[in-house]
Amino acid sequence: MAAKNKTKANKNVCQQESLSRHIKKYWQLYVMMLIPVIYYVIFRYVPMVGNIIAFRRYRAGSSIFGDEWSGLKYFNQFIKDSNFWRAFRNTLALNLKYLVISFPITIIFAILLNEIKNVHYKKLVQTISYLPHFISMVIVAGMVRELLSTSGPINSLIASLGGEPIQFISLPQWFTTIFVTSGIWQGLGWGTILYLAAMSGINPELYEAASLDGANRLKQIWHVTIPGILPTIMTLLILNIGSLCGSAAFEKVFLLYQPTTYETADIIATYVYRMGLGSGNYSYATAVGLFQGLINIVLLTAANIFSKKTTGSGLY
Amino acid sequence: MAKKVKDTPEASRMIVSPGYRAFTIINDIVIGIICLAMLYPFLYLIAQSFSSTEAIVAGKVGIVPVGFSLDTYKYVLASGVFLPDYANTLIYAVIGTISALVLSSLLAYPLSKPELRCNKIIGPFIIFTMYFAGGMIPNYILMVSLGLKDTVASFILPGVISTYYVILMRSFFESVPKELEEAGEIDGLSRFGAFIHVALPMSKPILATMTLFYLVQYWNDWFDAFLYLDTQTKWPVAYYLRNLISTSSSSAEDAGEAMTIAANIKSCAMVLTAAPIICVYPFIQKYFVAGMMLGGVKG
Repeated sequence: MAAKNKTKANKNVCQQESLSRHIKKYWQLYVMMLIPVIYYVIFRYVPMVGNIIAFRRYRAGSSIFGDEWSGLKYFNQFIKDSNFWRAFRNTLALNLKYLVISFPITIIFAILLNEIKNVHYKKLVQTISYLPHFISMVIVAGMVRELLSTSGPINSLIASLGGEPIQFISLPQWFTTIFVTSGIWQGLGWGTILYLAAMSGINPELYEAASLDGANRLKQIWHVTIPGILPTIMTLLILNIGSLCGSAAFEKVFLLYQPTTYETADIIATYVYRMGLGSGNYSYATAVGLFQGLINIVLLTAANIFSKKTTGSGLY
Repeated sequence: MAKKVKDTPEASRMIVSPGYRAFTIINDIVIGIICLAMLYPFLYLIAQSFSSTEAIVAGKVGIVPVGFSLDTYKYVLASGVFLPDYANTLIYAVIGTISALVLSSLLAYPLSKPELRCNKIIGPFIIFTMYFAGGMIPNYILMVSLGLKDTVASFILPGVISTYYVILMRSFFESVPKELEEAGEIDGLSRFGAFIHVALPMSKPILATMTLFYLVQYWNDWFDAFLYLDTQTKWPVAYYLRNLISTSSSSAEDAGEAMTIAANIKSCAMVLTAAPIICVYPFIQKYFVAGMMLGGVKG
């Protein structure tokens, strides 16, 4: 119902000149959008409004929007909770460390890929390096556990060098390394796509001119390729900074962490899951999630505006 | 100078200095090593899934199976859980992908028409959900209060329209020449007819890309099953795998037979689950590079 009213309302806004003519001409397009728009209202906007239970008490069996106002009670609770701040710190730390390490590596890999002269070899490399992106996080986590298990190859290597086996998965000091390394393995190839697109747009005459001026391959990369992809680099960097507080890492952390590694591994999203669906503190967990959502919207909007101002291109 | 180069591009490419050649060779070797390192986890899993128990215990298995045997595969396929869950995944992936393609293109196509005045509202209405969303808890409560918990719909619906993919599709539809659709309409096609008979056939690259992306999304999804599907017979294989992995590897100290069989079985199940994606995706690769590039980051 709400959805129908919404589209009607939208149609009313469009009613500036000859509405009947406009609708007569385009009614089929409006009908096409109808079901998707209703979907957005129910499955995107209702939960958005459902965040209101951060300010209302929700118990199992309550209405979806809770049953009585509780003010900022849940916010006051989590702000005093050291586990929340640990999750907050870990979210920023894991995202930031991953960004700082993976971002330059991806650019270097894209440049190396672009320097491959054999078309078939290039295609093969792309096929192999994109592949991990399509693998389920469950399998990625399974691989990580297999590779790091006490009888796995990493520990075999350590043993052959005379070291003691390490329980990587249950040690908090190893979590960041595992997180970043597996992330690079999975995202490196896929991350090059936009850079390769930008590189394919560079005029080949620039390389030829540079080469006639005596520039070797490294100099060509430095003076032609990198300036050519600089706008893409800036855009992606700014947008990545905009999602530093985001939950993109949720699935992987959830599949790889355990109580002994919470200290370095627990992030806001996993904390929300445990507090909310794990222990039934729905309103408390929603308040935490809403807090994160608000930080994200500010960061993303700022990043997008900044990106549009500096590079002329943004998220959309 | 530049003009001269332009006239003989082939010639300028033919003249290669030794330094140029050395760079190519070193670069190819470095990249080859990186690719082998990327393939290593896959090869290790495959080797382990075909290896004998004793070899794994002894830590002998690298990227070549030791004591080759098919017992693990026979065991997993006969287990009575793996195959039914695999069939579930297949069904969900097909239903999900078809629904997602239909709904996403029904939204993306009208959005690609600037003359549709309501897009000034619908566009931001849809894009806003990328900035801000109902969190995990409100989504869960919604699904429960709609009475969809433990139904197939609760697995399909959460991801059936991805805003990012709609934007990619919209960008592609925008590139379909308007004149062709207008010609179709002159020939008696309706607006919807122009979409079906003109726009869609011209959009094969983006449709192939979206098919792959949604297929992968549903094939790999375990979290929605974890949240919403209580009945074991409804579980997709990714969720089965998650339980297999997280229950047995936490007890890594338990040396001996039980653990090694688990390692065999885990590898085997992972290989079987990843296989269809690995087989399908290289064929769609040529499309998605074009699709992503067109829609990627737009000014």
